[in-house]
Amino acid sequence: MSHAVPNEPVLAVDGLSIGFQTRRGLLPAVRELSFSVRSGEMLAIVGESGCGKSLTALALLGLIPPPGRVTGGTVRLEGRDLLALDEAALRRVRGARIAMIFQEPMTALNPVLTVGEQIMEAILEHEPVSRKAARKRTLALLERVRIPDPERRFAEYPHRLSGGMRQRVMIAMALAGAPAVLVADEPTTALDVTIQAQILSLIDELRREQGTAVVFITHDLGVVSRYVDRVLVMYAGRKVEERDTRDLFADPLHPYTRGLIAAQPRAGAGAAGAVRERLAEIPGTVPALAAMPAGCAFAPRCPLADERCVQAVPPPRRAGSGLVACHHAGETHAL
Amino acid sequence: MLTYLRRSAAQVVFVLLGIALINFFLLHLAPGDAAQVLAGESGAATPEYMEALRRQFGLDQPLYVQFLRYLGNLVTFDLGYSFRQSLPVSELILQRLPATLLLMGTAIGFALVAGCSLGFLAARRAGKLTDTVISIVALLFYATPVFWVGIMLIVVFSVMLDWLPVGGMTSVEANLSGLALVGDVALHLVLPAVTLGLFYLAIYARLMRAAMLEVYGQDFVRTARAKGVRPRRIAWRHVLRNALLPIVTTLGVQLGSILGGAVLVETVFSWPGLGRLAFAALFQRDLNLLLGILFCSSVVVVLVNIAVDLVYTLLDPRIELN
Ligand SMILES: Nc1ncnc2c1ncn2[C@@H]1O[C@H](COP(=O)(O)OP(=O)(O)OP(=O)(O)O)[C@@H](O)[C@H]1O
Ligand code: SF4
Ligand SMILES: [Mg+2]
Repeated sequence: MSHAVPNEPVLAVDGLSIGFQTRRGLLPAVRELSFSVRSGEMLAIVGESGCGKSLTALALLGLIPPPGRVTGGTVRLEGRDLLALDEAALRRVRGARIAMIFQEPMTALNPVLTVGEQIMEAILEHEPVSRKAARKRTLALLERVRIPDPERRFAEYPHRLSGGMRQRVMIAMALAGAPAVLVADEPTTALDVTIQAQILSLIDELRREQGTAVVFITHDLGVVSRYVDRVLVMYAGRKVEERDTRDLFADPLHPYTRGLIAAQPRAGAGAAGAVRERLAEIPGTVPALAAMPAGCAFAPRCPLADERCVQAVPPPRRAGSGLVACHHAGETHAL
Repeated sequence: MLTYLRRSAAQVVFVLLGIALINFFLLHLAPGDAAQVLAGESGAATPEYMEALRRQFGLDQPLYVQFLRYLGNLVTFDLGYSFRQSLPVSELILQRLPATLLLMGTAIGFALVAGCSLGFLAARRAGKLTDTVISIVALLFYATPVFWVGIMLIVVFSVMLDWLPVGGMTSVEANLSGLALVGDVALHLVLPAVTLGLFYLAIYARLMRAAMLEVYGQDFVRTARAKGVRPRRIAWRHVLRNALLPIVTTLGVQLGSILGGAVLVETVFSWPGLGRLAFAALFQRDLNLLLGILFCSSVVVVLVNIAVDLVYTLLDPRIELN
């Protein structure tokens, strides 16, 4: 059922809005977010801390913790609107058709259950197979994510594993049900650089082999640029730009995207080789949810901001391979 | 495992030594001694007679000699002689210890099982009516004095309904044996065990609820949800296992106070245990007996604490025994 129509997106998010119910009313945290992913495709969602990336990820699985809630839009997985499902139906989808990997491999695993049991559970809760069969599949999964000595690791508790190993366990767990979509919320942020690269290439390899669509959330554009097909840039709960990776880097249109790319540390091009120089940081901070500007949320930090930007939220417009939401998209400032 | 046991053994010796020392000096600080009590009772309190009594029981020796002798005797479980009861202290204690252990064990078992179940239920229905009712009931049990609960239970279940015996451990009239005796003791056990257990039941119910809710907020529960694990399995397998850890810790801490509570309950229900013996010893200034009881209670508490530690290490794989 997953690969029925090759060109249909497996996951289509349309106009997703998420807010927090507070005493002073509804605080919108994610607004009218739309995107879609096809089988085997990897989409990055990028943005600074607090822009709503994790909320978006959790919404895809119907896991937003109260007082947060989805206030509008649809999330279609293989044609089915997940937001319209009841809890029992949603549970059968989670871990089976859509799975998630979290940022903190240290706390995301249950400390008192063995690694093997936690992976097996992902199989046994969805399929009527024997424990023996589930165990066999779990061992194969551990091998698949390149955990050495699966038999031994199966019986071990998470505290015995390194961060990288735990993240591999999380990936094995997520793959247990052969999901159509894998949501990875900053899965490498807590790991050191070499392990980051290994985990990334593992995810990349798996999606190529199994045709899994991947939504990869990160605040570090540089890390994922080699792997992802498309990048969605979020700012203060909204999509501000979405482009094919190559186009985005060659010609970023939104001032915020430019700032992000400029802020990436790069390997020095000079003869010295690995000189890392830090380019411009974007000055200022993301506005608080309760103090969102009426117009473009980026205006207080934007070098191109003018009267129109302060007054009206820029609508998304087509731009080559994607979309951009900026009144002055592509313009460079006069200074 | 071996190093672990060796280390706990060393701890036991050290703790018991400390307890023996403290017990001994605390009791010597109190005014009056056994000689005075005995002399007072016999009505012939001449200084010569007192002197003779003191010499007879070694009470005229310097304190450290008395203490060293006490320690030496402890090692051989010779806890001295109770002048008031005219029996060796160790014999008196061994007679009473099983009754107290039975009462404590039953009370703790009841408090743990019922308290944890109620807390578990309350946490799963957090914010709903069941939760509110359980929380109010737990608060009530928590706030009511133990002796009052005991007396009320006697009034209702023994006097008014005549379902359960008023006190004691066995029916005096009947000469029971075997299974009938077990049944008879069990019947007598119900009220004192419930009385002693209710307070701890309240504590465990509240603790369990809080622990469960805290664990529910942890990342690995979100992971389990994201995997599509059924809510029932999340509660039993993921949350409960972790929530039991603080319960076990608290249990270890509370053992001493449960023993203290036993004294009161044994008095209310004329339960023939250590508590009532201690109560009597205290009022009769029966120094040897009181020291013996305190020491034995400490041994019980220390041993059970080690057992609790072991249970904890079994429940939490992060703690390794070496
Ligand atoms: N309980 C809450 N009440 C009100 N606002 C909240 C609550 N929880 C989160 N938020 C807000 O929701 C916004 C989005 O949070 P989210 O976790 O999705 O950010 P993020 O992009 O994942 O950031 P990070 O990179 O730090 O993970 C943040 O601005 C945060 O302050
Ligand atoms: S709309 Fe205006 S303020 Fe917002 S990013 Fe574009 S130029 Fe800057
Ligand atoms: Mg996040």
